[in-house]
Amino acid sequence: MGSFQSLPDDHQYRTLSQKTGFSLDQIAILHNRFKQLSQNEETLRRDDLKTIQDLESNPIRSEIIEAFFDRRNFQKDGVGSVEEIGFEEFLTIMSYFRAPPHHITEEQREEMRRAKLRFLFNMHDTDNDGTITLEEYRHVVEELLSRSGALGRETAKGIADAAMLEVASISVGHMAPDEFYEGITFEHFLKILKGIEIETRMHIRFLNMDTTVLCK
Amino acid sequence: MASSVYLCLLRTVFLVCIVNLLIHGVSGDEDVNQNPHHHLHENITGLPIVTFKWHHVETPYLVVLWVFVAALAKLSVIELNHHVTSVFPESGLLIILGFFLGGIVWGADKAQTFKLLPSTFFFYLLPQIILDASYFMPNKLFFSNLGAILIYAIFGTCWNAATVGLSLWGCYEAGAMGNLDIGLLQFLLFGSLIAAVDPVAVIAVFEEVHVNEVLFILVFGESLLNDGVTVVLYNVFEAFVNLGGPMIDTAEIFKGIFTFVVVAFGGSFLGVVFAILLSLLTRCTKHIQIIEAGFVFVVGYMAYLTAEMLSLSAILSITFCGVCCQKYVNANMDEKSITTLRHALKLLANGSETMIFVFLGITAIDTEIWVWNTGFILLTILFIFIYRIIGVFLLTWMLNKFRLVPVEVIDQVVMSYGGLRGAVAYGLAAMLDEKTIPEKNLMISTTLIVVYFTVILQGITMKPLVQWLKVKRAAHSDLKLIEKLNNRAFDHILAAVEDICGRIGDNWWTRGWNRFEENYISWLLMKPKARKNRDYLFSIFHKLNLEDAVNYVSEGERQGSLAFIRSDKAANVDFKKQFGSEFADVMPDIMVDMSSYELGIENFSVTSIVKDTIPSVSLDINAQDRKNALDDINAHHLLQQHLYRSRKHHRHKYSRSHFSINQSEEEVQEIFQRTMRSRLESFKSAKMGVNQAKKITKHHKKELAHKMANGHSDGTGYLYGDEVDSAVGSETGVISGTFMRDKYTVGAGIENPVFLPDMDSPTHSSLPWLMETEAVAPSQRAQRRLPWTPNRLRRLAPMRISTCSTDSFLMADVSSLTLEEHEELSQTDHDEIRPVFD
Repeated sequence: MGSFQSLPDDHQYRTLSQKTGFSLDQIAILHNRFKQLSQNEETLRRDDLKTIQDLESNPIRSEIIEAFFDRRNFQKDGVGSVEEIGFEEFLTIMSYFRAPPHHITEEQREEMRRAKLRFLFNMHDTDNDGTITLEEYRHVVEELLSRSGALGRETAKGIADAAMLEVASISVGHMAPDEFYEGITFEHFLKILKGIEIETRMHIRFLNMDTTVLCK
Repeated sequence: MASSVYLCLLRTVFLVCIVNLLIHGVSGDEDVNQNPHHHLHENITGLPIVTFKWHHVETPYLVVLWVFVAALAKLSVIELNHHVTSVFPESGLLIILGFFLGGIVWGADKAQTFKLLPSTFFFYLLPQIILDASYFMPNKLFFSNLGAILIYAIFGTCWNAATVGLSLWGCYEAGAMGNLDIGLLQFLLFGSLIAAVDPVAVIAVFEEVHVNEVLFILVFGESLLNDGVTVVLYNVFEAFVNLGGPMIDTAEIFKGIFTFVVVAFGGSFLGVVFAILLSLLTRCTKHIQIIEAGFVFVVGYMAYLTAEMLSLSAILSITFCGVCCQKYVNANMDEKSITTLRHALKLLANGSETMIFVFLGITAIDTEIWVWNTGFILLTILFIFIYRIIGVFLLTWMLNKFRLVPVEVIDQVVMSYGGLRGAVAYGLAAMLDEKTIPEKNLMISTTLIVVYFTVILQGITMKPLVQWLKVKRAAHSDLKLIEKLNNRAFDHILAAVEDICGRIGDNWWTRGWNRFEENYISWLLMKPKARKNRDYLFSIFHKLNLEDAVNYVSEGERQGSLAFIRSDKAANVDFKKQFGSEFADVMPDIMVDMSSYELGIENFSVTSIVKDTIPSVSLDINAQDRKNALDDINAHHLLQQHLYRSRKHHRHKYSRSHFSINQSEEEVQEIFQRTMRSRLESFKSAKMGVNQAKKITKHHKKELAHKMANGHSDGTGYLYGDEVDSAVGSETGVISGTFMRDKYTVGAGIENPVFLPDMDSPTHSSLPWLMETEAVAPSQRAQRRLPWTPNRLRRLAPMRISTCSTDSFLMADVSSLTLEEHEELSQTDHDEIRPVFD
């Protein structure tokens, strides 16, 4: 993967474009950014991302950064996390945030939706056991609220609990007395977020114009 | 059902007849009454006891009567057969009803005495509708689509005005309309007044259709803003018409465009200024809570009138005032004031909307305004329809190049079809000056026909069209907490990814604005306290909690068993302490069985019996309560732990400026914290598989027993001054006896039923998934199936009786309860209770 790093090769870009769906221009821009972030190294490490200034105020920064190094997001049954990623992985992560193409079949839409939700799910499910447990969810909520100051940890927990309760009551409905809600599985996750049109929301605009100079 | 409708209609008709006869008769007398003084002097022979002074009250009385008639009209329309209302939009029905009313007036007066006057419309009917619409605008959606909305509103309207005007002029020149005294400028003026999509009509129709939110905000936002635009256009063209064709040169045209910009943006700016003013004002209205909601109306109206005075766009002004102030006003004002405000806004807006549609119908029945010109009218309808479609598709095509999520073709069709014209167009047409526009009446009648055509015909066909095209409908409106959390997470993730890929994008701007808003604007416009706990998620959570509490209390009230809330301390003096801690230890199984057994049977005897309740405080409550407590025992014992005993004092005094409910801050806080704590505990226990119930129960027991001692020592005085409560207290003691035996569920269950989506059934309120295997109260089904042995019941019976005080009602009850067969139990109980209440 490293070979084209120094010499951006048209062919390699093309392969990447096919894999990730980005246009060649977009790939070039993202590549520039990649190099900028990694200080012209071939791989990107966590620390590189942590130094991004704008990111500092983001309450769930660590989750997001972690998602970039999560193997699950690169291949189907990857496990664990990696220390550094190359450009291809970087692009793969970015492709989760691509807007859906204009003409798309129902199945493709569903596919896209699943992929995006899977990404989100993996972000919550830190221990990679297939469920978002209450602890994990609490952690996320705490982080989410950590910037708002006025709210204590207790409140965050309360909110997480309430949310979890909701999930349980929705996804399981009536449970037998000896049942215990383990956590949100991916199926439940899909079911709960049915109402959110994630395929039209979880995306950002990838410009064909280089703005890397503007942000440091 | 149907008969009531007819009755309503009849009543309306009758009323209108009477009113008109009255007016007719009175106006006939007017000549005679020319000199009232003279008249009076002649007739007076002594001191009149009652005099009939119609003229004294004529104007306000007529206004009130018409409001009343309009309200009745709405009532009859709503109450109408649902098959009709599901096909017909309400607005269309109101117009048709207006035809009838107008016919009656016409029949009585032989002329149309009542019309929708432009000044009435613009000054008294329109502002509150716009204010309502803008105050309830989903801000985030609105601002994130603001670009598209503005393009539709500004360019779309200009396009419509220009093309319709020019095409009509072309057709006129080609001779399609015969001989009319009308020029190009007049045509353009007409085009501009007919161009605007009307918010009133659009809301009325689209509200019933429930299209997806983006489509709705596009149509709705457009209709709201393009009113402003159309009024501006209208004014510009009217000025041109007055100026006369030859006087217009390039400079004047540029001046016109400049005016357009100034009027539109000036109006919006003025609105923002007033919004700031309003927000600042609500920062310091803490001590005049009772009238603070009124400020929104007054300041909103002031924004409208000021803009009108400065000949800026009044509609835009009040729109932006509402949109900008909502957040701060909501944060600053008291919860109750907000509720008041919401209801009052809806009331006014709905009322005026009804009036407008009814009067649009009434106005039609007037021979004076009707001038028929087939060519002009049909071509107008054709052109507005066609150019609307072309305009929408053209603009959307351009917009889609920039939009991340394109507007779909189907949505575009609905948008173009949703180009309903309404009262604004009529109001503008009625304002035309007859001197400069000789064909004013033709324009009015054409406008009316266009309005009827779009509101009635397009309104009716809108729903089938939406269904047929399979337009994406609105998702359920209430987001779940988890969805809101996820939305929040999205925002951060998107912003982060933008940061990482190094792009200054939408999210970057949004975040920048949010930060600025948070740091400076909120600081300026919000109370410090409101600022502190206005976090979005927190507020949702808080709202949920509040809702739960309200639900719970109202549920309790409905069941007539609020007593235990007020005396929950006494209630917890349970049997374990007094009689049978040894029982509890020795035979926990039985007791669990017992209590769950009771749960089981009560679950199907339930609510059907005691629906019509007595008020919570009443001497007879005992018997009833005994019953109910078992009935929703689940809910009770769940909430018991953290239901805060309200320190509400019912002071019976009249005050104009206060409702005397002194709900203290701490109380709210405490409820909140308690809820939190217990949820936490329950989760912990569920999570770790530790059953904490026992500990909690014990703790309670100790604390409560102590308190009970107090309670007994000073008898009735203990119970918050309600004389009845003593009885209630002793009585609830028994109930809690039942709860407490059910000790496992107390700690392990989830305490706050509020968070359960279906609150109506108390039986759902213990969440099985939180309970551990052996320590858990069996599920509903399991409970029902528990083996039942009369023996066991009997054995427990004496203990139970001894639990309660010497209340004879209760004794009777309890013993009957223990002796009866369980199937008949509820029935018998009920029968026994009945006489007491009868």
